[in-house]
Amino acid sequence: MATKPETAGRMPGGMHRGRKEGSRTFRQMWKYKALYLISIPGILYFLIFKYIPLGGSVIAFQDYNIFKGFTGSEWVGFAHFAAMFEHYDFLRILKNTVLIGIYDLVIAFPAPIVLAILLNELRLIVFKRILQTVVYMPHFLSWVVIAGMSVAILSPTTGVLNQFLGFFGIEPLYFLGDNSYIRSVLVGSGMWRDAGYGTILYLAALAGINPELYEAAQMDGANRWKQTLRITLPALIPTIMILFLLHMGKFLDFGFERVWVFLNALNTENGEILDTYIYRAGLLSQQYSYTTAVGIFKSLVGLVLVMVGNYLSKKSTGEGLY
Amino acid sequence: MNRRMSKGYQVFNILNLFFLSLLGLIMFLPFLNVIAQSFSSSEAITSGKVSFWPVDFTWINYSYVFSDVSIWRAFGVSVFITVVGTLINLIATATLAYPVSRQEYIGRRMIVLLVLVTMIFSAPLIPNFLLMKNLHLMNTPWAMILPGAISAFNFFVMHSFFKQLPLEVIDSARIDGCGELRMMSSMVAPLSKPVMASLGIFYAVGHWNAYMSALYYIDQPKWWPLQVKLKKMFETDDISIDPGASQFSDLAHTSPEGIKMATIIIATLPIIMIYPFLQKHFVKGLTLGAVKS
Repeated sequence: MATKPETAGRMPGGMHRGRKEGSRTFRQMWKYKALYLISIPGILYFLIFKYIPLGGSVIAFQDYNIFKGFTGSEWVGFAHFAAMFEHYDFLRILKNTVLIGIYDLVIAFPAPIVLAILLNELRLIVFKRILQTVVYMPHFLSWVVIAGMSVAILSPTTGVLNQFLGFFGIEPLYFLGDNSYIRSVLVGSGMWRDAGYGTILYLAALAGINPELYEAAQMDGANRWKQTLRITLPALIPTIMILFLLHMGKFLDFGFERVWVFLNALNTENGEILDTYIYRAGLLSQQYSYTTAVGIFKSLVGLVLVMVGNYLSKKSTGEGLY
Repeated sequence: MNRRMSKGYQVFNILNLFFLSLLGLIMFLPFLNVIAQSFSSSEAITSGKVSFWPVDFTWINYSYVFSDVSIWRAFGVSVFITVVGTLINLIATATLAYPVSRQEYIGRRMIVLLVLVTMIFSAPLIPNFLLMKNLHLMNTPWAMILPGAISAFNFFVMHSFFKQLPLEVIDSARIDGCGELRMMSSMVAPLSKPVMASLGIFYAVGHWNAYMSALYYIDQPKWWPLQVKLKKMFETDDISIDPGASQFSDLAHTSPEGIKMATIIIATLPIIMIYPFLQKHFVKGLTLGAVKS
C-alpha cells in the first residue's frame, strides 16, 4: 500500500516542531494549488448565482424600488407577509396550489409504485423491455411540447379524445377552456409524463429483493397477493418514504412551467398556482417585494413540511432524509 | 421462476398484461396522433377526421416550417444553448466536484455544505431576476446558460463518483512524477467518461427543453429558443392571452394545427434521435444519484 499523500505532506512539518499549524496548512494548500485553482469557478458560481439572490431576498422586508436599490429602499418589516393573507387573489391561488398539491400527492405519487409492481410481475421479458421504453419516453418531452400535444388531443372540435368519447354518446368537453377540468388536466398530464419514469427507482429496489424470500413464502403456502403484501411492499417502503419526503418538500412547488403552458383566460381562476402568480404579479406587474414575500412563504412551508414529515417518518418507519 | 401457477394467478397475469398494454397505448398514441396531424391537410384536421393515420397526406406543413426563418433561428438558438450550455455544465461541475472529492483539499466539508444549503434554500424569482439585470445578462443567451451552470444534485452524483475512484491509481501516478493537472487530464478524465456521459445527457435534455429561463430573461425574439417560439405559435389560439400573438396571425390562417404539429415534431426529433443512447444512461444516472441522496 502506497503512503497516503496527506502523511507525506505532513512529514517535514513534524521535523521542525517550532513551525506554526498555519504554515503547515498553507504548505499543503500550496502543494495542491492546482486543486484549489480549478475549484474557484464552481465556488464563485454558487456564491454569485445562489447566495447573492438568497441575500437579495431581503427585499421582501422592504418597499423595494428599482431606482433606489437595496440600500435606499424603505424597510417595512413583515408588512408584505401580512398583506398576503388579506389579498383575495392570494387566498384563492393558495387554495388552488394546495388542492392541486393534494391531488398530485394522492393520485400521481402512488402511480409509479403500482406501475412498478405490475411491471415487475410481467414474465415476458421482451414485452417488459418494450413497455419500459415506451413509458419512459414522455419524461423527456418539454412542457411546451406536452401542452401543444394536449391542445391537439383535447380539442373539443378536432381532438381524438373527444372523438373517442363521442362513441359513447358523450358531448364534446372543452378540457382546456373550462375551470372545472384544469386541475385534472394539470395532474393528469404530469402522470402521463412521469408515472413511467418514476418506476425506475422502485424497479431498482424490487430487483434487489432476495428471491429466496418468495420461495420460502411459497413453501409456507402464501399466495401471490400475500407475497406482494408481505414481501414486495415492505421492500419498497424505504424508497417510498424517501421519495415521499422529497415530494412533501415540493408540496407547494407544483412547478411553474407545467402550469403556465396550460393556462389561458378561461381556466386561470382554478388553474393558477403560487409560482405562476409570482411571475404574473412579480415580473409582469412589477410587485417585486410582495411576490418575493410570497416566494419566501412558499419555501418556508416546504421546509416545515419536510421537517414534520421526516419526524413522523422516523418515528413510524425508521426512514428519514437526515 | 418456477413458481406454482394457481388459477387466480393466471387470471391476474392475463389482466396485468392487458392493463399494461392499454397503458402503453395511452403513452404512445398521442405521439401517433401528432405525427398523423403533421402530415394531414388543414381541411382534414379541422373537420376532425385525423386520428392515428394521416388524411390527405401532404408535406405542406413541413415545407412551411422549413421556409420560416424565425423557426430556423429559434432552432439555432436552442442548439447553441444546448451545446455550449452542456459543455459549461460538465466543466463547471467536474472542476468543483473533483477537487472537493480529494482528501487533500482542506475545506471540502465547507464546500459540500455550501452546495447542500442551496438544495434546501433557493431564492424566489425576483432576486434572481434582479441579479440577471445587474449582471447585464438580460436578453443574452448566457441568461439561459449561467444560472444553472452547476446542478447541486449532479454535483453530488459526480462527487460520489470521484470519491470511489481507486486511490492506488492516483498515488502511483504521483510517484511517477505526475503534476496534479497532468494527472487530471491523463488519469481522472478518461476514468470519468461514463459519469460525464450520463450527466451530460441530463444537462443537454434540460437545455433543449428549457422554457422558463427564456421566458423570464429574454424578451427579444432574436434570442428566443425553440420552446419559446413554439409556445408563441400556440398562443395564436382564440383563447390567447398574449398581446404579442397577433404577429403570427398570418400563420394562423394557412394551416394552424398542421404547422404547429410539424413544429412539435421538429422540436422533439433531436430527443427521439438520442433516446436509445439516453435510455442506456438515465437508469444508471438516476440510481447512482439515489444512493447518495
